[in-house]
Amino acid sequence: MPFEQQTTPIKPPFESWGRYPAYDATLKPLHWQGDFPAAIAGAISGALPVGMGRSYGDVCLLKEGTLVPTIGMNRLLDFNAETGLLTAEAGITLAQILDFAVPRGYFLPVTPGTKYVTLGGAIANDVHGKNHDVTGSFGNHVPCFELMRSDGTRMLCSQRENPDWFAATIGGMGLTGLITWAQLRLQPIVSRMIDYQGIQFHGIDEFLDLKKQYENVAYTVSWVDCVSTGKNFARGIFMLGDHSKVPSELKTTPKPKLVFPFNAPGFALNRASVSLFNTLFFHKQMKSHVKMLQDYEPFFYPLDKVLHWNRMYGKRGLLQFQYAIPWEHAKEGTEAILKEIAKSGLASFLAVLKTFGDIPSLGMMSFPQAGIMFALDFPIKPNVSFPLMQRLGDMTLEFGGRLYPAKDACMTASQFQAFYPKWQQFSKYKDPALTSSFWERVTGEGTAQ
Amino acid sequence: MNSAQRTQTATTAEPQLPLRYAPTIAVDDAAEAGPQRILVLGATSGIAEATCRLWAERGDHLFLVARNADKLNVVAADMRVRGAGYVDTAVVDLDDTTKHAELLAHAVNSLAGLDVAFVALGVLGDARESELNFAEANRILQTNFVSAVSLLTWLGNFCAQRHHGTLAVLSSVAGDRGRKSNYVYGSSKAGLSTFVDGLRNRIDREGVRVLTIKPGPVKTAMTEGMRSSDKFADVETVATSLVKAIGKRAGVVYVPGKWWIIMRVVTLIPEFIFKKLDL
Repeated sequence: MPFEQQTTPIKPPFESWGRYPAYDATLKPLHWQGDFPAAIAGAISGALPVGMGRSYGDVCLLKEGTLVPTIGMNRLLDFNAETGLLTAEAGITLAQILDFAVPRGYFLPVTPGTKYVTLGGAIANDVHGKNHDVTGSFGNHVPCFELMRSDGTRMLCSQRENPDWFAATIGGMGLTGLITWAQLRLQPIVSRMIDYQGIQFHGIDEFLDLKKQYENVAYTVSWVDCVSTGKNFARGIFMLGDHSKVPSELKTTPKPKLVFPFNAPGFALNRASVSLFNTLFFHKQMKSHVKMLQDYEPFFYPLDKVLHWNRMYGKRGLLQFQYAIPWEHAKEGTEAILKEIAKSGLASFLAVLKTFGDIPSLGMMSFPQAGIMFALDFPIKPNVSFPLMQRLGDMTLEFGGRLYPAKDACMTASQFQAFYPKWQQFSKYKDPALTSSFWERVTGEGTAQ
Repeated sequence: MNSAQRTQTATTAEPQLPLRYAPTIAVDDAAEAGPQRILVLGATSGIAEATCRLWAERGDHLFLVARNADKLNVVAADMRVRGAGYVDTAVVDLDDTTKHAELLAHAVNSLAGLDVAFVALGVLGDARESELNFAEANRILQTNFVSAVSLLTWLGNFCAQRHHGTLAVLSSVAGDRGRKSNYVYGSSKAGLSTFVDGLRNRIDREGVRVLTIKPGPVKTAMTEGMRSSDKFADVETVATSLVKAIGKRAGVVYVPGKWWIIMRVVTLIPEFIFKKLDL
């Protein structure tokens, strides 16, 4: 995909987290479930319900179309304090759910790396967390939800009722209709604290050994240095944790005060600054193995402390690359891709390595599959980043893996259709009035090769 | 049963409502512990809903009134889940002032008394249409002014008789000076502000607190699509200030506070300049 600087509006009305691509669109914010058909009536180039815009590429964008932000539709509808079963409108954010649930002794069953996503968005992208190995992805904890089609018909969806619509909507990228409300099974906690451990490792083999050693720990994730080569190749920190079993006060989290105030200039992130950051980060942990008690906020949401941290990448935005490669080729694939990235010289300090467990996702189009998952951010350098993304996408395909639509701005139609062979089956459930720039890009006629 | 009959029962029921305080003593409500009994008129408005959430989290008792049953049901469910000690609702079109006495009597019975009444009904209307078409102007005046006056007349007398209660009325900074962009809405709120000023002057000495709330532009469903609406105040921030103001002994409160200064300046501009401005 070429760098479309010419068509970029000066101030797009709705941005994705990567801020690339940027498109003009009409916003029709939704406050009430019943207003959905009216909000999208008369939309000429299609419509798309959206949440917080935390996906990176264009799954939450629709060029020149009608976007329907749902965050005004954020009411709690029911809560069972005995079972932890919460029912809420889909525009509620996970942050709002935590504010409600934590003081009552409950936590999200699965949480992505930011709490600023909506319940509807978490289902539509079937997001995963650090505990995928033991709990599966977000959709596995949603007993049922209601789907409203553009014509106003409402469907209760669960594994028993309308199971095909249930499977299509989980990971369905908002294309099957509006999720008006959903149920979520929360997990009980007795403390905000996490029993945390951080362990340094060198290379993928050491990482896999650590994973095996701690396979009973709920949350595991690793940070990897993608800049260093030679003896520091694929060095990183293996981070693991579990909810503390020692009861302590369950307060709500105070609102964050830090906001990244401006767009950093394009040269701020370069090989030297990132290399320095990575070395500092690796050695910030002085010992090769630390154990401590840590609040859940820095453990799960280290970046949420600074609102708008994506401005660090400047006005051009950033690209994210995230794959899941099945065990069969996981190790060789990861090593080959890491080498390719280091060779490209494109700096990135947010590189995350983890494993996906065997619990199958319920969504037809869900991203997680058992194996190794790897994610990293790239600054946008038009002549270097896009060809690299293309190469990495092809390598992922070669190793039998797939890329994550919620993080993607670059995959081609042929790559997508190979990653997600059920896409044609899925498209039968797509609402005729809804579409996204992502969907147009990866299924559009003439683009398939 | 027709509505005349019901109004009849409501009126006769009124003297039996609990008299909580000796008539001559003004009570400091802030010292009073326990959940507040709060009546919210226009409960599905953005500001009212955000304010109710804070009350619900405190465990207060709520009686919610709105026009649309579907909207009211989800708002009521939300308040129950958030911890409101008691929630009751009534679906009423408050433009029909003949139903007011019956509704209000039912509400105070349901709450077993009344500590706070939040009068939050209001429509923004179509400013352009209201310039050209009296029907639209009339609709705005009916909801924002006439209906509110009817409700406040009943509530003012009820509270004055019992020497207890707080009436919090949602007006607007738009009522402080007429501007070409929304003077019909502005005048409905100006009338309301003046009415509430007078009511306060009359019944404050009876131990009833009357509060005029003048928000600047707030990000809600009502102001959607307005120019530069991303610079408007957050509804949560406004709600927090409102809950504080309603707990205090204030008469008129601007939220956010900067609007007090802005409106002082706006009202000081001489008319020969003001009439040429595009505001």
